Amino acid sequence: MYSFEPTEEQRMLIDAVHRYAEKDLQPAARDAEEENALPANLIEKGWELGVLQASIPEAYGGFGEHSTVTGVLAAEEMAWGDLAASLAVMAPAAFVLPILFGGTEAQKETWIPPVIEAEWKPFVAAFIEPDFDFTPMEMRTLANKGKTGYSLNGVKAYVPYADQAQAFLVFANLEHKTEAFILPADTKGITVGEREKLLGVQALPLFRLALDDVLVPLEARVGGEEGADMSRSIASAQVTVAAMAVGMSRAALEYTIPYAKEREVWGKPIAQKQSIAFMLAEMAIEIEAIRMQVWEAAWKLDHDKEDAAKSAYLGLTGASDMAMRVTDCAVQVLGGHGYIREHPVELWMRNGRGIPVFAGLAMV
Amino acid sequence: MISFEMPEKIEHAVVLAETIAENMMRPVSRQFDENEHEIPWDYIEFMHTSLKAMGGGGLTPSGEKKKKEGPRISFQRMAFQTEVLSWGDVGMWLCTPGGGLGAAAVNAAGTDEQKARFLARHRGEKPVFDAFALTEPHAGSAMPAEVRTTAVKDGEEWVLNGEKIFVTAGNKALVDSEGFVVIWATIDLEAGRAGVRPFVVEAGTPGCKVTKLEHKLGIRASDTVSIILEDCRIPSENILGSPEVVKKKDKKGFKGAMATFDATRPVVAASALGIARATLEKLKELLAERGVEIRYGLPRSRMTNIEREIVDMEVMLRSAWLLTLKAMWQMDEKKPNTLAASMSKVRAGDVVVKITQRAIELLGPLGYTREFLLEKWFRDAKINDLYEGTGQINRLIVARQILGYTRHELS
Repeated sequence: MYSFEPTEEQRMLIDAVHRYAEKDLQPAARDAEEENALPANLIEKGWELGVLQASIPEAYGGFGEHSTVTGVLAAEEMAWGDLAASLAVMAPAAFVLPILFGGTEAQKETWIPPVIEAEWKPFVAAFIEPDFDFTPMEMRTLANKGKTGYSLNGVKAYVPYADQAQAFLVFANLEHKTEAFILPADTKGITVGEREKLLGVQALPLFRLALDDVLVPLEARVGGEEGADMSRSIASAQVTVAAMAVGMSRAALEYTIPYAKEREVWGKPIAQKQSIAFMLAEMAIEIEAIRMQVWEAAWKLDHDKEDAAKSAYLGLTGASDMAMRVTDCAVQVLGGHGYIREHPVELWMRNGRGIPVFAGLAMV
Repeated sequence: MISFEMPEKIEHAVVLAETIAENMMRPVSRQFDENEHEIPWDYIEFMHTSLKAMGGGGLTPSGEKKKKEGPRISFQRMAFQTEVLSWGDVGMWLCTPGGGLGAAAVNAAGTDEQKARFLARHRGEKPVFDAFALTEPHAGSAMPAEVRTTAVKDGEEWVLNGEKIFVTAGNKALVDSEGFVVIWATIDLEAGRAGVRPFVVEAGTPGCKVTKLEHKLGIRASDTVSIILEDCRIPSENILGSPEVVKKKDKKGFKGAMATFDATRPVVAASALGIARATLEKLKELLAERGVEIRYGLPRSRMTNIEREIVDMEVMLRSAWLLTLKAMWQMDEKKPNTLAASMSKVRAGDVVVKITQRAIELLGPLGYTREFLLEKWFRDAKINDLYEGTGQINRLIVARQILGYTRHELS
């Protein structure tokens, strides 16, 4: 059957995440952006909500089963509060989940509990590459198999907390397939570069990572000798960012509505003018339509549907356009005030343009 | 629990609808487009027989209360059937006998007695149609506030006077079959929309005449007519809703009738998306025949223009469909769905117009030729942005809902 209703348990999680987003993330977002830093206790508080922990089986230190649907519901709600902080809170998931999905038993036992059972720690993924035409299925960072292990060469970009990372999950091209490799942070040949200076999400520390003849043992490859198909993880990364785009766009609309009802022109609220009212209606329609698409993609991933990866890709494509349009409209409705950094809409617009780039930073 | 698993019952309905669409609709789609006002009786008779075998009453779920096992899915099922039959031919789908917009109004606002009396005809020997007449020559979107057709009580009868236009299937309901038309008239011209009520006028009633068959851009298999009411007398019990002349602020009778749109707007959305899917499939088929491969998963910087167009169309189509399905799921679940209904109507209207326009542009001379149905779908598409409320009226409804405005505050 079809249903568009979260379970009671999911509802409780959404409510908890919403409280955090409203009480903690939203008030902190502007300062974090201006100061280029997220307070550690802010991230820790989000981590303690247990979104990732609840999707890891007990055997590996968690307390639940993995559900992409639950994950996107949480991601959407958190990003409603702030995108940069949400990406930070959920960054370790991009390290853990590919191991959960495709790792060997030994890898799961070694690498998942230290992340899950502790406070938030920067176990992160090195996924994105600094190319205009970056494609997750055709990475330019190369892995070559030798007798005793693999050598990795290439440049990764937008790696969260690379300067203090405990370990990296490096995605690389091994014989034309995207695979993942677990690298302790002190592995020889890894150079953490300059912090990225970006249009938005400036609160989130992201770095370049150079890999020069980095040698890793055979067991560093996720899935061991057989390796593991990373398309499931890539799809997860896509729906995560798509869900966050939905949450952020919802926040933009919700901020814009009361403003439009208060701001007057010629003695009448601008919301009573069709040019503004129609814009608001279209924002709401776009958000809801893409939201359903993201939910469906997540559900397909949970049920191993054949076209799940395609749905995730289409979901992110739709979410990218939607977020740009919605956040742009939000600035437009506020007019000149929307351009001033006293209001959050300009930040959402800057973050909105980044949605197509951010897949790979976090995962659910 | 959030789920996108198609129930088996819907799956069966879809398979059946696909067979009909492929075998009974597509082969004659062009013929009925080029011979406007010819009636697709083969399709009609077949649908009548098979709908009767399934219990009758057309595609529209009846308001009759029946306890059944499992979740309610009849509105969702209708959305799927509508999508598939419109994929086949939207003009012919509009000719589906039984349970059209008239029946939807009876279901939304009628008593059990009225439902039994007016809808029983759909289960008879011959196919019967019904229609819904709201628009008048002087006003469309301003309806029903500006209804000028009057209903005056005279003893045990209502006497109707006025003119209705743009009545879909009006000819089939009044001339080609023993059907009925739901006429919106006012019982108190001073009361504005609070005085407006739907009335059931049955075929053969003296004083009710079809005066004009429109010639249209598309949906040519479906008749669109004008109806004139001249001292048309109907029994007093043919009023849907309260016969009381209501106070200005009391909108009950009116609201009940407006509930019709909560059900019909997502249906139009589903129909629109059937055309959109037909177009996208044909576009991809023609491209594939010419060796154009569509790759998925690439960033835009690596896509060809055609790939980008197709990916964008797939996003539009799927997201609009899910919005439509949600609005219908809310109907089944008896949740308020005015917002989702209008949202789906806006989005689907936009999507079908965009996709049909873009497909023709992308295919150049192949898109523009009447050798294929693409140019027909482009013409058929536009009606979806017009009937059951234009895109603009539905945007207004969405805006009022999200802003918490009344129609006085935002119009």
